[in-house]
Amino acid sequence: MDSLLSRIPYTDELTIAPRRFHPDRVVKNTRTLREREQRHNKIVGSLKEAAELCGLESGMTISFHHHFRDGDSVVCQVLDTLADMGLRDLVLAASSLTDCHAPLLRHIQSGVIRRIETSGLRGRLADAVSAGEMEVPVTFRSHGGRAGAIETGQLPIDVAFLGAPACDPYGNANGYSRDGENSILCGSMGYAKCDAQYARRTVVITNNVVHYPNTPFGIPESDVDYIVRVEDIGDPAGIMSGATRYTQNPKELLIAELACKVIVASGCFQDGFSFQMGSGGASLAVARFLREQMLAKDIRASFALGGITGSIVALHEEGLVKKLLDVQSFDLKAARSLRDNRFHQQISASYYASPRGEGTAVNQLDTVVLSALEVDCDFNVNVLTGADGVIRGAVGGHPDTAFGASVSIVVVPLTRGRIPCVVRRVGTVVTPGGTVDVIVTDRGIAVNPRREDLRARLRSAGLPVLEIAELERMARRMVGDPEPIRYTDKVVGVVTYRDGSVIDLIHQVEEV
Amino acid sequence: MNRLRRTMLYIPGNNAGMLKDADIYPADCVMFDLEDSVAVTEKDAARLLVREALSALRYGEKEFFVRINSLESGLGLMDLEAMVPTGRVGIRLPKTESAGEVLACEREILRLEKAGGLPPGSTPMMAAVESARGVLHAEEIAHASKRLVGIALGAEDYVTDLKTTRSPSGIELLFGRSMVLLAARSAGIDAIDTVYSDVNDEEGFREEVRLIRQLGFSGKSIINPRQIAVVHEVFTPGMKEVEDALEIIEAIREAEERGTGVLSLHGKMVDRPIVERARWVVGLAVAAGTLQRKEESQYG
Repeated sequence: MDSLLSRIPYTDELTIAPRRFHPDRVVKNTRTLREREQRHNKIVGSLKEAAELCGLESGMTISFHHHFRDGDSVVCQVLDTLADMGLRDLVLAASSLTDCHAPLLRHIQSGVIRRIETSGLRGRLADAVSAGEMEVPVTFRSHGGRAGAIETGQLPIDVAFLGAPACDPYGNANGYSRDGENSILCGSMGYAKCDAQYARRTVVITNNVVHYPNTPFGIPESDVDYIVRVEDIGDPAGIMSGATRYTQNPKELLIAELACKVIVASGCFQDGFSFQMGSGGASLAVARFLREQMLAKDIRASFALGGITGSIVALHEEGLVKKLLDVQSFDLKAARSLRDNRFHQQISASYYASPRGEGTAVNQLDTVVLSALEVDCDFNVNVLTGADGVIRGAVGGHPDTAFGASVSIVVVPLTRGRIPCVVRRVGTVVTPGGTVDVIVTDRGIAVNPRREDLRARLRSAGLPVLEIAELERMARRMVGDPEPIRYTDKVVGVVTYRDGSVIDLIHQVEEV
Repeated sequence: MNRLRRTMLYIPGNNAGMLKDADIYPADCVMFDLEDSVAVTEKDAARLLVREALSALRYGEKEFFVRINSLESGLGLMDLEAMVPTGRVGIRLPKTESAGEVLACEREILRLEKAGGLPPGSTPMMAAVESARGVLHAEEIAHASKRLVGIALGAEDYVTDLKTTRSPSGIELLFGRSMVLLAARSAGIDAIDTVYSDVNDEEGFREEVRLIRQLGFSGKSIINPRQIAVVHEVFTPGMKEVEDALEIIEAIREAEERGTGVLSLHGKMVDRPIVERARWVVGLAVAAGTLQRKEESQYG
């Protein structure tokens, strides 16, 4: 034994390496920062090289985020590359997919993609799934449910391919950069954070390698294995619009105004309250009416959560909302605010909504206003399948926030054209009625019988509170009974609740 | 207090979606349009749609009018034949230029009421004047029929007739508005102002509403539900106005108990017209929901 080490009493109790320091083992790197950035970095030559280095094989699970929304070109680029490499039977686990991912159909048909996990599906891809074109059903998860599944290992990710508008040579990546204006901003990268943290390997794909350190970062370099520089990560116009405008639709405004009255009368409208507004026309417009009430009653919110829009940022800038917790920035105004404003905080999908509850922001919500395709007499909400049974939406954070918020409010017109939106039984249960407190329509409000306290408050405020069955009858009287949708026995989608349990199934539609 | 007609919301008769939702907005009256907002090729569709909506949908207590095509166009009579038997709507006559036109329309309405088993005289009427001739004849038009509950100014045709255009200040409408208003008031009926077309110019709209309220109009035709709130706000008496009115009503009641009809309140003489105005203010506040009926009956 080394004489130095042998002189230490209680060696086994001290948490030290039992060896003597050796000067030759310390090799100092004397290169400059710039030289190191050039030579010692995680940038590899191509997507193919990154995939090979990650050891990606057929049958593995790859993941993506949807912060590039309708402008995304990362998912299709990666899948094209993997198809060229001859990989097959991949599990595509995206935080969500939109119509811009329709080119993936080719890879489904050729067997490159065997299975899909997502929050939402729209457009041609959704039509194809509803028509039964995939052999294995699509798994739908909420944003919180997905984070939970990744954290617990229910959804293991082999390789995460994460597009980023800015990344330094070591992998510190973000949806914006404070180092000058680059052409693409996506704001928060909240949904990508879990993927980077838990995936076996993480590849950042960027068109903009910036100098170290790319602070603040949404994804830390410690979670990143490789970086691929590409020409194009997406179309800025599809990734973000300038600022989400409030709706001008008078019916949506009518519903929004009523929803605001519900909040004010609900008992949760007090100084320091917290809220989230969904991204639909009516739900977003509630913020505008809420603003007037906050000013009139001198009430300030402690935080606003969720997908953040420019209009929520405006409330913050006006001093009406103290802090913003942002898992997804919906427009340029929100993205710029995240970049420039220290009270505007980027959060991960897990911190946003994970069902594990080890730190979950939705659980601190006083109220949330959510949209719906349809709701039923048991207060169940469908945000996933249309009146024709075809998939056309996204689970999003709907079940998560409905569960977390003390008062969850669903805004929905009684009818859309000839489609009734308050029905006896929704086509697909996404958010269970037990977590939905109030339904606000253009012809009245229904309060979950479970919330007798709330019903009494709203009634005494003079709001038009009806029974949900009465709303359902009104809708039916107006537009009649829809013809039942014809389904086959084939299951094309499995809707999971946030804890991973199965809440409903989506069947193949006979005619899409 | 008579029925409030602060807002008269236009709904194109051929828009099924808007017909379906006609009663969800807080406008005082709704006016289904079969005339200028409906293309010639859509006239039949609009007439059928409005008739079916009136019979199939359970519109609440709201007041409904239908703006028919003129009788001279050949469409007006078909419109009347479809609308009057529903027993659910008033008839608004467009581009009225003489008392004779009102009477001609009234005769047809009466005939249809009798044929349909409706009480004669149960269908109210409104007349819109939209030309120099119409404005000059506003008085005889307003007095032409007991069915008339109001007359309205239609500014777009009117300014064209005057060979001018509409301006933000509305100076070109001053005579027409005043004439229509005086005609209406002399007949004891409502005066309804013309539409403001720029839905996105809320400030300009508010200015115009303030102007017409000050002139004395009962209300305004509107083309978008988004305009309702502004009109109702301008036409709703403020708290101070209501409190003053309640004080006057209370003071005159005490005075009457003492056997006098005149009194002095805060150094100002209060007599019959002032009391009448105070009652009108309280009535407006009650109708607008800012004052409980209890308080009104307590003071009114």
